[in-house]
Amino acid sequence: MKWEIVIGLEVHAQLSTSSKIFSGASTAFGAEANTQACAVDLALPGVLPVLNRGAVERAIKFGLAVGAHIAPRSVFSRKNYFYPDLPKGYQISQFDLPIIGQGALTICVPETTTEKAYEKLVRLTRAHLEEDAGKSLHEDFRGMTGIDLNRAGTPLLEIVSEPDMRSATEAVIYAKMLHTLVRWIGICDGNMQEGSLRFDANVSVRRPGAELGARREIKNLNSFRFLQQAIEYEAQWQIDTLEAGGKVQQATVLFDSDKCETRAMRSKEDAHDYRYFPDPDLLPVAIDADWIERVRKTLPELPLAKRARYVADLDLSAYDADTLTSSREMADLFEATLSEVPGEAKLCANWLMGDVSASLNREDRDVAHCPISPQQLGGVLKRIVDGTISNFAAKEVFKTLWSEGGDPDVIIEEKGLKQISDVGTLEAMIDKIIADNAAQVAEYRSGKEKVFGFFVGLAMKASKGSANPAQMQEILKRKLSNQK
Amino acid sequence: MSLSIGDVYKIARLARLGMTEQEAEEAHTQLLSIFSLIAEMQAVDTTGILPMSHAQDLTQRLREDVVTEKDQRELFQSTTSHIKNGLYLVPQVIE
Amino acid sequence: MINFSLLQLGDALRSKKISSVELTQLYLDRIAALNPELNAYITVNEEMTLAQARAADAQLKQGEGGALTGIPVAQKDIFCAAGWRTTCGSKMLSNFVSPYDAHVIEQFNRAGAVNLGKTNMDEFAMGSSNETSYFGIVKNPWNHKTVPGGSSGGSATAVAARLCAAATGTDTGGSIRQPAALCGISGLKPTYGVVSRYGMIAFASSLDQAGPMAHSAEDLALLLNVMAGFDERDSTSIKCETTDYAQDLSKPLSGLRIGLPKEFFAAGLGADVARAIEASIAEYRKLGATVVDVSLPNSRLSIPVYYVLAPAEASSNLSRFDGVRYGYRAPEYTNLADMYEKSRAQGFGEEVKRRIMIGTYVLSHGYYDAYYLQAQKIRRLIAQDFSDAFKQCDVIMGPTTPTTAFNLGEKGDDPVQMYLSDIYTIAVNLAGLPGMSIPAGLGDSGMPIGLQIIGNYFDEARMLNVAHQYQQVTDWHTRMPQHVKA
Repeated sequence: MKWEIVIGLEVHAQLSTSSKIFSGASTAFGAEANTQACAVDLALPGVLPVLNRGAVERAIKFGLAVGAHIAPRSVFSRKNYFYPDLPKGYQISQFDLPIIGQGALTICVPETTTEKAYEKLVRLTRAHLEEDAGKSLHEDFRGMTGIDLNRAGTPLLEIVSEPDMRSATEAVIYAKMLHTLVRWIGICDGNMQEGSLRFDANVSVRRPGAELGARREIKNLNSFRFLQQAIEYEAQWQIDTLEAGGKVQQATVLFDSDKCETRAMRSKEDAHDYRYFPDPDLLPVAIDADWIERVRKTLPELPLAKRARYVADLDLSAYDADTLTSSREMADLFEATLSEVPGEAKLCANWLMGDVSASLNREDRDVAHCPISPQQLGGVLKRIVDGTISNFAAKEVFKTLWSEGGDPDVIIEEKGLKQISDVGTLEAMIDKIIADNAAQVAEYRSGKEKVFGFFVGLAMKASKGSANPAQMQEILKRKLSNQK
Repeated sequence: MSLSIGDVYKIARLARLGMTEQEAEEAHTQLLSIFSLIAEMQAVDTTGILPMSHAQDLTQRLREDVVTEKDQRELFQSTTSHIKNGLYLVPQVIE
Repeated sequence: MINFSLLQLGDALRSKKISSVELTQLYLDRIAALNPELNAYITVNEEMTLAQARAADAQLKQGEGGALTGIPVAQKDIFCAAGWRTTCGSKMLSNFVSPYDAHVIEQFNRAGAVNLGKTNMDEFAMGSSNETSYFGIVKNPWNHKTVPGGSSGGSATAVAARLCAAATGTDTGGSIRQPAALCGISGLKPTYGVVSRYGMIAFASSLDQAGPMAHSAEDLALLLNVMAGFDERDSTSIKCETTDYAQDLSKPLSGLRIGLPKEFFAAGLGADVARAIEASIAEYRKLGATVVDVSLPNSRLSIPVYYVLAPAEASSNLSRFDGVRYGYRAPEYTNLADMYEKSRAQGFGEEVKRRIMIGTYVLSHGYYDAYYLQAQKIRRLIAQDFSDAFKQCDVIMGPTTPTTAFNLGEKGDDPVQMYLSDIYTIAVNLAGLPGMSIPAGLGDSGMPIGLQIIGNYFDEARMLNVAHQYQQVTDWHTRMPQHVKA
């Protein structure tokens, strides 16, 4: 019998504000312990929170990007529990009146068996603002834990999905899509190593069509790989448990990435009773239509819209459009390059997804740090389009630009990479090749047409890649067979 | 919904207040008498009345996103001796 | 000199009749002599205090400084003051030296006032008798067997016993007005939001408000001028036009409409208190005021509502006292949970723990709607009562307390009896309105009686005018406890 896996995600995105959500302390990552924990973050007696406009604005941006309702009035509540990394003994969060209401995100999931992909709508329940907690450091204190409160008070947007995903792969694609989106609209730096994006996965299994099963929540996953592994392990564990006649009980679990398994938390937070109530230190947050419109104007074209436009207007394949919209930097680079060689979308796409991506990968750089500017790349492509250089020569120019920089036209000139289209010059060159390679000529003429490639190689080499390939091949063929 | 001695232990645990049996029993008696005072309130018909969280019907003022605080770790950590390498020390946290 | 008004003290300082150091030393000496018996101060720090007095003298010498430059003021130990031990009357903070200044402290520093010391109070401001302080009970200077009221009992006693020129208090359910009444002084709780709560240790955030305690309405006005003002660090601080709260003091009262809520004169009110209040109203009629009967039908619910809302907020506000970053940590514990439970059990006193328990219960799963939400709804009804009443009158008057000061220990065993003593003051906090208490007579036992004046939102200047005019024709506010005359 088959099982259906049901997954909902809670994604915590650290918002890219300079200061904290309720204090004027810096949110910069990596500072020495507790040097960015101010009186408010430390919950000294008597301190009070004041809300950061930048955090609210980022939440609005996100709401607009996922077509969600933006609450004209939302409320901050206190979530009460004791934990040493939570200085006030409560977390300021939002409970029954979150800033962002229902929205949706379309994900594109590749089929494993075919080349095709299917689209799926993942509904967002809500997104709300809250403060991050500090960090507990366990090493080296003889049975003690050290608390660093630099992170305490960093603004978080918690994005909650409906249980709409049916596989670990769907969950990961949804998570990646959010990762792209939050960076795209500039509300989160998306730095996974620094914990800027963290996931809680609610996993349950059921027979298709049956009621939802009891869910277990896997807490605090900080990479796509762990997300995938944890869900896969957890779902299989639940299936095994049920098939063995056992029961799954609602629980909070942690993922042990070393053992690659989930386990129930040891510290049973006895019967979670968070005693939410509206924070009396903060007033309701009002967002008027004007503000929403002002923020809307600052939003860039969103990845899905761009992707659709690339397919419809630029005639690119869905695959190309997907790849080019995988990050805003990539899309920006593509569009800037395209503006240098208008109408050559496919050529730009091929180069970006080919040589540019390969070179970036080789050097482990991201697009934002591409050493070649769109003007330089466009300059090379322009010369391919107008026939000045061959594709082969263009690669040569690209390599030089990558390592040394410079102006494409100057490089073409200096290296003598202009295509030779003069028939006389080409014929003389090919005559010499034929004369020098009698044995291979004989082979070719005896019917071994594979040897043709050998002659093409020699001709390209002799012309330093500057021979017009089509013309050169035509002459080669003619000369080789003429003398048959 | 009368408050039981079990409730007293539960609340004490939630509030992280250690309590001996005798203290819990005393607290129980007092809380029962306080909740009988509070009970008067529960009979009131409040249908259609909006809860009032704040004295004034105002909305939240927003702070500009600017760093205004500097490092004052030394000063702030002068309030406790449970410090090592700039970290606050607590008994080991077990997850 | 100890009976001088703040204006007179200011004149004396500016005309060099006395220096701030001399004036401050005068009070420090009185504290040294009387405080061991009265226990009005938790912390006195002569060195820091005199340093401020010397700085004030330097300013005065230059002909600089403001209304309060050089005047010694006592601060309730609920306000964080940099370098000062700030205990909030609790063992939990018995060793806490604040690294920063509360807004109120900054304002007094800016005005040149000298911080004379930190006054005793009920632990975390939870109490009506000042008997819950970890630092011991405070005695009412009028009769050492009676309570000074609470929670600002130390400040009230300090003002009444002339151990300071003026003091600050905070009022969550009557904590300025009730001790002011019981100690025969004047005290004002402003409209919620007028004085910033930044640096004032929170009890019930939506109700807490700081205010001045002094000998007269005129003094209160000068003090409020210093304390009030917008503070961007408190989200509930209100931007209102800066007012000179003393500007209307001398306006005549003809045409003033005084509302008398019948609920404030019902069963439970002591006969001597009732007589004194009636006499004060008669005085107001002579001053040209008219009297209208008003009703606050829901005010009887203010105690149950308050004892849901205030403990709920307090239970959460006091969670930060966990022994991790500051404050009391139990000397021995076996693990983290044990550290929390022991530190909090040992660091908090009985009344504080009781209120944390109430608050935790009313917020817990399954009880929120029946208690917390219901209380918030009735809070609105109570506020609505006031706004209806203010359609008919300019100020509301009545007793501040049902009786004069009760005996020490009298209500200690029965929290409910203690809670009921705040019957007339609590509704004002729930509505967020300004309220004050001024001396209006002496009771059968010779103990002071307070007249409560409640104004509409932001009507402090008018209330002070109303109180000041009364104090021009009566002398209750100048009366002094017999045995503190020095």
